[in-house]
Amino acid sequence: MKKLMLGNEAFARGLYEAGCRFASSYPGTPSTEITEEIAKYDEVYAEWAPNEKVAVESALGASFAGARAFAAMKHVGLNVAADPLYTASYTGVNGGLVIAVADDPGMHSSQNEQDSRHHAIASKVPMLEPSDSQECKEFAMLGYEISEQFDTPVLIRTATRVAHSQSAVEQLPRQEKELKPYEKNPSKYVMMPAFAKGRHVVVEERTKKLIAYAETAPINKVEDNGSEIGVITCGASYQYAKEALGNQVNYLKLGMTNPLPDQLFLDFTAKCKIVYIIEELDGILEQHAKALGIACKGKEIFGCIGELNQVIIAEKLLGKKPELMTYPEELPIRPPVMCAGCPHRGVFYTLAKHKITVSGDIGCYTLGAAKPLNSMDWTICMGSSVSCLHGFNKVLGEKSQNKTVAVIGDSTFMHTGLNSLVNVAYNASNSTVIILDNSITGMTGHQQNPTTGKNLKGDPAAAVDLVALCHAIGIQRVRVADPYHLAEMEQAILEELAVDEPSVIISRRPCALLKYVKHNAPLHVDTDKCRSCKMCLKLGCPAISMKDGKACIDHTQCVGCGICEELCKFDAIQK
Amino acid sequence: METKSIMIVGVGGQGSLLASRILGNVLLQQGFEVKVSEVHGMSQRGGSVVTYVKYGDAVYSPVVEKGEADVIISFELLEAARWASCLKKGGKIVTSTQTLDPMPVITGAASYPQGIVENLEKMGIDVTAVDALSLAEQAGSAKASNVVLMGVVSKKMDFDESVWQEALNQCVPPKFIEMNRTAFALGRNA
Repeated sequence: MKKLMLGNEAFARGLYEAGCRFASSYPGTPSTEITEEIAKYDEVYAEWAPNEKVAVESALGASFAGARAFAAMKHVGLNVAADPLYTASYTGVNGGLVIAVADDPGMHSSQNEQDSRHHAIASKVPMLEPSDSQECKEFAMLGYEISEQFDTPVLIRTATRVAHSQSAVEQLPRQEKELKPYEKNPSKYVMMPAFAKGRHVVVEERTKKLIAYAETAPINKVEDNGSEIGVITCGASYQYAKEALGNQVNYLKLGMTNPLPDQLFLDFTAKCKIVYIIEELDGILEQHAKALGIACKGKEIFGCIGELNQVIIAEKLLGKKPELMTYPEELPIRPPVMCAGCPHRGVFYTLAKHKITVSGDIGCYTLGAAKPLNSMDWTICMGSSVSCLHGFNKVLGEKSQNKTVAVIGDSTFMHTGLNSLVNVAYNASNSTVIILDNSITGMTGHQQNPTTGKNLKGDPAAAVDLVALCHAIGIQRVRVADPYHLAEMEQAILEELAVDEPSVIISRRPCALLKYVKHNAPLHVDTDKCRSCKMCLKLGCPAISMKDGKACIDHTQCVGCGICEELCKFDAIQK
Repeated sequence: METKSIMIVGVGGQGSLLASRILGNVLLQQGFEVKVSEVHGMSQRGGSVVTYVKYGDAVYSPVVEKGEADVIISFELLEAARWASCLKKGGKIVTSTQTLDPMPVITGAASYPQGIVENLEKMGIDVTAVDALSLAEQAGSAKASNVVLMGVVSKKMDFDESVWQEALNQCVPPKFIEMNRTAFALGRNA
């Protein structure tokens, strides 16, 4: 029987079946499970790298050594890995190299919704786009064929609805691939100007060959339904279009979105009176069609913001509107929140209490920006909290440096925060950095990282000593505090803000959702003692609410962290 | 067969991913083409979450939009109300009576809506409301609410109970299987 698989699980299956030997990635929603799944196959060496640049460079080295190699990341991760990607395009590969990049249209769990196809175009690397789980598997395998045939890294772009949707997948046995012998070849692999000039010529020749391949590649499919309307589409958009429009139109479904074929576009549209381009985010297919002189409509109908779906397509193209039922009252929204017992809460409560300006970063703790903590001033990208704070304090000096902190998780710190902290020490800004060390990569669903002492497979690994590391780069003042002890955390923050030198506070307490973390018994409220002051509600803990005018703790959520107990002036919250 | 659409809704952390896996497994065993769509990441942290399960002869889009759902399975009352507009006319809701205050209610900016089941029924929706949390605790763990609800849903779908049991075997780790079987039975007989 076929197996229901997430797109990501199917992707990993394809890598496995194609004989992939090496995988290195940094977690990022919605790409994370590809690497978690491939780690389950003993034949594949798999690891978490500290960031995407390291992952792609490691995979490239594995390719040079002759293995079929792989790296995965989310769309913004490819920005970090863009540096090796653009030059790996010049060197090409030895063993096949496939790089997965998962876009997040609609920003379910991301800070922007950039379209990764721009990176494929700019780096001149072929890009494939599967539209369901079976295609994730097949395209991963085809990626290696293309990589080795055309001597190029291959990008495979998914999106949330492909990566995180399950559909049936046929599983086949693994094809073992011998290592390709490594041969020293500086004019191919040493990218100094004299050699790189030669390689750029090779890249342009390769692109011509890839365009010729795209003209007849079986993954660029025409479905001729005898219609006068033509739809050009790719990825999840194909599935939405097919559901909305069925067999009323002809389709050109592009499995390869870089480079794009010219003649195939012209031949397909020659038979159509009307041409629609249905693609999420930017109008890449549309620009290509228009450059070929094809009259078509795309972004003027669908826009470039958020996800598409079958209802939007049916409404815009067929004028169909679903009959809707509406609930008779307005309902309160339910935004995501820090979990009950989250160790970050004590830090943000303290920062909010003292009205500290907070330079934020990427992780669960970005939720510190939400009500009622409201304790974050900006968040940009991985590692930026520390460097943004440095620039802010250099400009405002005494006006800001004793009232501002950066907050960054342990995994994000190892990703790109470390080099920012080196800059704080080296260029001596009077900045205070709080490393929120919850001993795991949290938001993406608990991945190990270089500070946790375990590797991707769960085996013991070297653990970065954060205190020693901060000292080694020139930060003299480094201290560890427990965020479950509000008084201790408050003292640490106020003292480090007061001094006139760079300092680091490591807020150390493992994520409350980790399996090995033992929870205390839930707390409860003595309603006779509760004066309804609502002090405990300032924590923004989802387990605490008001019931019949008194504070109330939900025993199914409370993990007994005790922060609310510390805060209550009337001893109403008890074990 | 026309494609059928089910939505599983709740609050991040309530276990909707396991529920969708069980349901998907049952439908695959019945020979349908199945697509299940989940969202991971930030919304899992206590936010409103939704999983789509679609099945039929051919399924294209993995997502369910407003006015398209045949059934909504809800782990929490307010979420049942929130997603009700996704139902087709004549659609059904199976919901747990559990309530979890969202942050605007906790901070006092809003109050938790009252009379949700009655309002849903006034909209013409066939509502089955079950105290899944108590039944799950009776089975041994509050976390088994998801499997209790699967038990309730199993009575409303025309598949043999053995198919559901097989799906439980495939989706639940062996050390929790007995507790989950009990939870399923309590839901099925509720």
